Amino acid sequence: MNAPSITTSSAEETQVPSRFNLQAALKDAFKTALITLALSIPILSYKTEQNGGELFLASRWWLVAAVVGIIFVLRVLEHAFLATKASRKALPDPHQATEPVHAEPSAYQKVSRFAIPLFLGVALSFPLLVYLVQGGLNESRYFVDLGILILTYVMLGWGLNIVVGLAGLLDLGYVAFYAVGAYSYALLSTTFGLSFWICLPLAGILAAFWGMILGFPVLRLRGDYLAIVTLAFGEIIRLVLINWVDLTNGGAGISSIPRATFFGVPFTSGDDGFAALFGLDFNAMHRYIFLYYLILGLALLTNFVTMRLRRLPIGRAWEALREDEIACRSLGINTTNTKLTAFAIGAMFGGFAGSFFAVRQGFVSPESFNFLESAIILAIVVLGGMGSQIGVAIAAIVLVGGPEMLRNLTFLKAVFGENFDPNEYRLLLFGAGMVAMMVWRPRGLISEREPSVILKERKAISGSLVKEGHG
Amino acid sequence: MSTAGATNPMSQSAAAPARQPLLSVRGVKTYYGNIIALKGVDMDVHEGEIVTLIGANGAGKSTLMMTIFGNPRAREGKITYAGRDITQMPTHDIARLSIAQSPEGRRIFPRMTVFENLQMGASINGFAHFDQDLERVCTLFPRLKERLQQRGGTLSGGEQQMLAIARALMSRPKLLLLDEPSLGLAPLIVKQIFEIIKELNEKDGMTVFLVEQNAYHALKLAHRGYVMVTGNITLSGTGKELLENPQVRAAYLEGGHH
Repeated sequence: MNAPSITTSSAEETQVPSRFNLQAALKDAFKTALITLALSIPILSYKTEQNGGELFLASRWWLVAAVVGIIFVLRVLEHAFLATKASRKALPDPHQATEPVHAEPSAYQKVSRFAIPLFLGVALSFPLLVYLVQGGLNESRYFVDLGILILTYVMLGWGLNIVVGLAGLLDLGYVAFYAVGAYSYALLSTTFGLSFWICLPLAGILAAFWGMILGFPVLRLRGDYLAIVTLAFGEIIRLVLINWVDLTNGGAGISSIPRATFFGVPFTSGDDGFAALFGLDFNAMHRYIFLYYLILGLALLTNFVTMRLRRLPIGRAWEALREDEIACRSLGINTTNTKLTAFAIGAMFGGFAGSFFAVRQGFVSPESFNFLESAIILAIVVLGGMGSQIGVAIAAIVLVGGPEMLRNLTFLKAVFGENFDPNEYRLLLFGAGMVAMMVWRPRGLISEREPSVILKERKAISGSLVKEGHG
Repeated sequence: MSTAGATNPMSQSAAAPARQPLLSVRGVKTYYGNIIALKGVDMDVHEGEIVTLIGANGAGKSTLMMTIFGNPRAREGKITYAGRDITQMPTHDIARLSIAQSPEGRRIFPRMTVFENLQMGASINGFAHFDQDLERVCTLFPRLKERLQQRGGTLSGGEQQMLAIARALMSRPKLLLLDEPSLGLAPLIVKQIFEIIKELNEKDGMTVFLVEQNAYHALKLAHRGYVMVTGNITLSGTGKELLENPQVRAAYLEGGHH
C-alpha cells in the first residue's frame, strides 16, 4: 500500500510549469503594456482634425490608456487561461491516482480572489460610476434601472440556488414564491396600510409558508417528476391570482401600491421629503438609487445567509441530499425536514424579491409571473453552475443584461435595414447561447464545488473530473 | 469507542445464545410491490460478534440489510435492536440508535471532500468526539489521511470503500452493517479491509453484520454465518461449520478463489 511509487516524482515535475504565477504574469503583462504604449504613441495618441482650412492636432490619450489597459488585462487572462489548461493536463487520471494529488489552486481560484472584491466594488459604486460616465442623475436613470433589474435576478438566482443548486431539487415553479411575495406586499400595504419594512419580513414568511405547502406533497419526488409538479404549482398560483378577482383584482392587477420610503421618509419634493431632509435638490432619481441599494442589500443578505448555511449542518445536509439521498438517510439525516427547510428558505428569498418587485413597480399583475420568468431564473442557476454563488451572479448579468444591450446595437439596423429590431431575436440568441454553453461548459460557468471546510492548503481538482451523484 | 465485549470472541459466541441478542430479526417479510423478497427471515446478532450473511445474487441479502434500516420496511415480522422494536421506525431515527451502515455501492458523496464526507458521518452525534474519531479512522485507513482534502469522487474504488466504512465509524456505532465491502476490489485491498473489520471487532468490541459474496473470506472472519437462498435462510452455524459444510462448499466455494 505504501510502496514507493514512480508516478509521484514525474507528477511533480509536470506540475511545475502549470503553476499560475501571478507575479510573473503581471510582470509580463506590464512589459506587453509598455510595448503597446510605445507603439500607440505614434499611431494612436494624436489625430489630425480639419476645420475649414486649418488643421488641428487632437490628442487621444484616453484611447491610448484604454488600449494599454485592455492589452494588459488580456495578457494576464491569457496567462491564467494557459496555466489552467496546463494544470488540467498535468493532473493525473483520477482512476489511476493512487498517490495523493498535490494540485495547486487553479487559476480560476486565484483570479476569483480578486474578482469577488472587484465585483462587489463595482456593484457598490455602480450608481456613482454611472453618474460620472453619464454626467448627470437624470441621464443615469436607464442604467440604474438596468442595475436594479439585474440585481433582482441575481437575488432570485441565489434564492433558487438553495433549492436547485444546493439541495438538488429541480424547481420549475420558483416564480410562484416571487408572486406570493409581490402580492403579499401589494395587498398588505393597500389594504392595511402597512409600511414596506413591516411587509418585507411578512412577505418572506408567507412565501416560506407556501414553500412548505409545496414541499409536503412533493417530498417523495425527485428529478423530472418533481419538476413537473413544481411547474404545475407555479401555474396554479398564477391562475388563482387571475381568477380570485375579489382578492387580487384579477388580471387587472393591483395598482397604486405605496412607494418605498427612506425608513419612513418619503421621496417627495415636499418639506418632509428625502431631498429636503438632507438638504438636496429634489430629484426623482434619489428613489431609484435608494431602490438600487435596497436590492443590492437584499441580494447580499441572500448570499451571506446561503454562505453561512453552507457551513452549518443544515447546509451540508442539503448538499449531501443532492448527492445521495439513501446515504443521507442511513447517516441519520431527516430528509423530510431537510427538503422542507430548503424549499422554505429558498421560497423566503423569492418572497423578499417579490415584495421588492412590487415596491419598485408600484403595480403587480399576474402577467409578471408567468412560466418564462421561472425558466429564466432556472437558466441563471444552471448556466451559472449549480451551487456556485459567483457563477449565478455572472449568469444573471449575462442573461438579463445581455438582452438589454441588444437594444442598443443600433448599428445592426445599418446592416439589416431600418425595420430590424435586435430585441426580437433575443430568445434566438438566448437559445444559441444555451447550446454553446452546454457544448463547452456542460456543468455551468463555474462547475467546481468549493469545499465548505478548507484544511491547511487547498487542493483543487477540476469539478469535471468528478462524477455527479445519482440517488 | 465502547470497550464492552473485548474478551475472546470465540468464548463469547458460545455463551451468546443465553443472552438477549443485540439485533434480532423474527419472521420478516419484505415486498417490492407485489414481489416478495424476504419470505420470513429469522436471524440474530449478539453483542461482540461478527455475523456474516452469504448467498447468491438476488438472494435478498442486501434487502435484509436495508430492511433492518427501515428502507424498504418489513411488511410482516419484527426487528428489535437492543430490546427496542425498530420495525416501523424511519431510517434516520434507526441511524441514531448507534447503528451505522456502509450501504451497497459505497454511496459516498462524490463532490464533497473526504474530510466533509467524514464530517457527515459524525453529524448524528453532533460532532461530540470529532477530532478523536477523525484521528482514529486516519490510523485505521492511512490512505484517507493523505486525501482528506480530495473530492470523494476522485478516489479509487478501494479508497471509496474505505471512506464508506470510515464514514460509518465516525458515529461510534455499536453495530456496524457492511454490505459487500469487498465488491470490485483487488484481493490485497479485500484482505486489508477484512483485517480492519477484525481489528474493530477484537479491539473495540464492535458488533459487525457483514453481507458478502466473497464467502470464503467472510466465513473465515465471522463467528457465525447465515446462508440465504431466494429470500429464505437455509443454513446457519459458526463460520468454521459453514466453511466445512459440503452444501456451502459446493454452492459458494468450489472453484472459487481463496
